[in-house]
Amino acid sequence: MRRLLSGNEAVARGAWEAGVAVASAYPGTPSTEILENFARYPNVYAEWAPNEKVAVDVAVGAAYAGRRSLATMKHVGVNVAADSVFYASMTGMEAGMVIVTADDPDMHSSQNEQDNRRYAKFARIPCLEPSDSQEAKDMVAAALAISEQFDTPVFLRLTTRICHSSTAVELGEQVPQAPASARFPRNPTKYVMVPGNARKKHPVIEERMELVAQFAETFPFNRIEWGDMEGGEGKLGIVTCGVSYQYAKEVFPNASVLRLGLTYPLPPELVREFASRVDRLIVIEELDPFLEEEIKLMGIHCEGKSIFPMLGEFDPRVVRESAIEAGLLPASAHVPVAELDKPEIPPRPPVLCPGCPHRAVFHVLNKRKVPVTGDIGCYTLGLLPPLSAIHTCGCMGAGIGQAHGADKAGIGERMVAVIGDSTFFHTGMPALANVAYNRSNVVTIILDNRITGMTGHQQNPGTGYTLQMEEVPPLELEPLVRALGIERVKTVPAFDVKALDETIKEYLKAEGPSVLIARDECALLPSARRRWLPLRVVADKCNGCTMCFRIGCPAILKSDELDGKTQRPKARIDPSLCTGCEVCAQVCPRDAILFRAQVEA
Amino acid sequence: MNKSYNFLLAGVGGQGTILASDVLSEVALAAGYDVKKSEVHGMAQRGGSVNTHVRWDAERVYSPLIGLGEADVLLVFEEAEALRYAEYLKPGGAAIVNRETIEPITVTSGGARYPTEDEVRALYRDLAGRFHLIPGSALAEEMGNARAGNVVLLGALSTLLDVPAETWLEVIEGRVPPKYVELNRQAFLKGRQAME
Ligand SMILES: Cc1ncc(C[n+]2csc(CCOP(=O)(O)OP(=O)(O)O)c2C)c(N)n1
Repeated sequence: MRRLLSGNEAVARGAWEAGVAVASAYPGTPSTEILENFARYPNVYAEWAPNEKVAVDVAVGAAYAGRRSLATMKHVGVNVAADSVFYASMTGMEAGMVIVTADDPDMHSSQNEQDNRRYAKFARIPCLEPSDSQEAKDMVAAALAISEQFDTPVFLRLTTRICHSSTAVELGEQVPQAPASARFPRNPTKYVMVPGNARKKHPVIEERMELVAQFAETFPFNRIEWGDMEGGEGKLGIVTCGVSYQYAKEVFPNASVLRLGLTYPLPPELVREFASRVDRLIVIEELDPFLEEEIKLMGIHCEGKSIFPMLGEFDPRVVRESAIEAGLLPASAHVPVAELDKPEIPPRPPVLCPGCPHRAVFHVLNKRKVPVTGDIGCYTLGLLPPLSAIHTCGCMGAGIGQAHGADKAGIGERMVAVIGDSTFFHTGMPALANVAYNRSNVVTIILDNRITGMTGHQQNPGTGYTLQMEEVPPLELEPLVRALGIERVKTVPAFDVKALDETIKEYLKAEGPSVLIARDECALLPSARRRWLPLRVVADKCNGCTMCFRIGCPAILKSDELDGKTQRPKARIDPSLCTGCEVCAQVCPRDAILFRAQVEA
Repeated sequence: MNKSYNFLLAGVGGQGTILASDVLSEVALAAGYDVKKSEVHGMAQRGGSVNTHVRWDAERVYSPLIGLGEADVLLVFEEAEALRYAEYLKPGGAAIVNRETIEPITVTSGGARYPTEDEVRALYRDLAGRFHLIPGSALAEEMGNARAGNVVLLGALSTLLDVPAETWLEVIEGRVPPKYVELNRQAFLKGRQAME
């Protein structure tokens, strides 16, 4: 049966078909849908771990116990998990284990565009890269087989374009899952990486990679497609991988192509043979010159980043225009783009949704003009005007430590750190323990919207449900924060502007650390949607003072009506967008916006 | 059978571009084309500008993406977005634009200006071989459900392609809950009429 599947759906299907029994992940665009889909297959265990490191350890534990396992994450998740990836490379395991790294060229939703093939080489683990959904599915089985044959975890490296493109896939049958071993392995020389054992293991993993390189020579996902040798166009040799293969085929239909499905380690003989039969060898790959460097290390001349960009994502146009510039294609290959005389187009930045429970906190922080170290989540959007309330955003879990560091450095202001609930469980907890232990005056605000919002509503330890929707006791923030050593803790409803303001004001003066938990559900959760009730502006009372515009709510619009005195547009509320959170009603100095009770009356 | 089509769908998060591109891709498979569809998730729920690339080819599609100047058809769900993505259109290609304006926050509470309908018309008069401004959302609203605006637009789009209407309707019916089948059927047919 042929079905259109996204790369992520295909990886989930491939894992199920290949008998993966245990999967663990932390959500992260563009990888999130892999586990969401895998979790729906019968007889599998799938979970959201609090972070990527835990996810890799869980997959390792399952593979030690004899079952095929999977851990998935976005590229920067591998940074979090790196320590575990490196020991797993040393120990190997009893059953196949795949780590999916979903890289994000062009940073569609990330803070950097690191190329995680570097990790494969760094940690000595093989790396597979599919070029479409069919391969994304089939390579899961191939990766597990390599993992078992060579006793190593295997990377399956996707990119945003592979994850989120749908292509036709021929579905297969499920191979039976291996049962768990009766006994956990007691094999210290293999599984206890104390220096004495690790020293013995290091040469083994170096040798392993040489064996994988030999294996790569005949690995079916590495293949040469000879071009039109008669016509001469086949004399151009292209080495490529991943989605770049598609652009290469599109732009150079008659060239010879060495498509590498296993991009680390490379098959030296195959590359050498290919290179020897073409006149000019070029490498088409997104981001780093990874294949290019490997080929050059073999002493083979090739061109890559001197022709194609190292930054951002490719498309057929990028490849074609770069090729024309390098003389690989005639100028006549150029595809013209209309030179348009366009009016100015208003930017449409992502914004905090109407009814977002993060809004009031940022309104208060902006008003109090305090320095705020931020973190990653929907709430990062608090950086945008008119709220303009976030001053740093580095990586998940960084904000609390930054605030502590600035405080200890003797900065002349009180530091505030904001962090979402999921991010707090991810890497915020150790940083808050540090604030408590080493005593700084940091005010930490946990924005507890009861869900992992940014990546599209994943459960987390605080929500009371697992990925497979089992009901579990929620991890409660207040006792947790107290247990970390913070005595001053208060929970405030996230839409209560006055209570937030008073608490923040008090905490900014207090000696020692404090934590404010601002709690209310994400407005897009089904339970919150049921309470939506659009508010109204009483036009007679509004004088266009702009206070409500300054909370940055998409539901508040400038109406066509001007105030007689100020000549400023009055406010209007779009009933199709307003949820009735009442933040605007609270900041209105003229009581011109009706509260829910008034609207209902 | 035409050899290939490149489509670019664009709009604002929440307008139903994803369902529309899913239908457009499945119709291709049903009609015997190879197809690839590519979208970027992430910020889509937060009112941002969204786009999907869909490519049909009678033999084989390689690239999931279309470059600037390579779209045969633009299907745009919102007028400012129609301006934003105009460079994707092949000169002389077809553009179907929903007559709908969604002012971004940069307009509603910032200083940016929202373009006029005349500006959209003027741009496409020179650029496109065919340009249709279709009141998709309004037609759907008349039928009682503004959310079916995306299917009205698919109806309009279907008149440019050589796939029978029945194929489209079968795919749409397989995609929507039973109680909305009739509504979507009517919406699709309304879209076809709008192009007459
Ligand atoms: C290491 C790492 N893993 C995953 C992500 C993807 N990611 C960004 S924010 C986020 C979750 C944010 O959830 P939460 O802290 O609850 O805030 P919300 O979005 O709900 O406001 C995730 C998973 C990332 N940026 N970095």
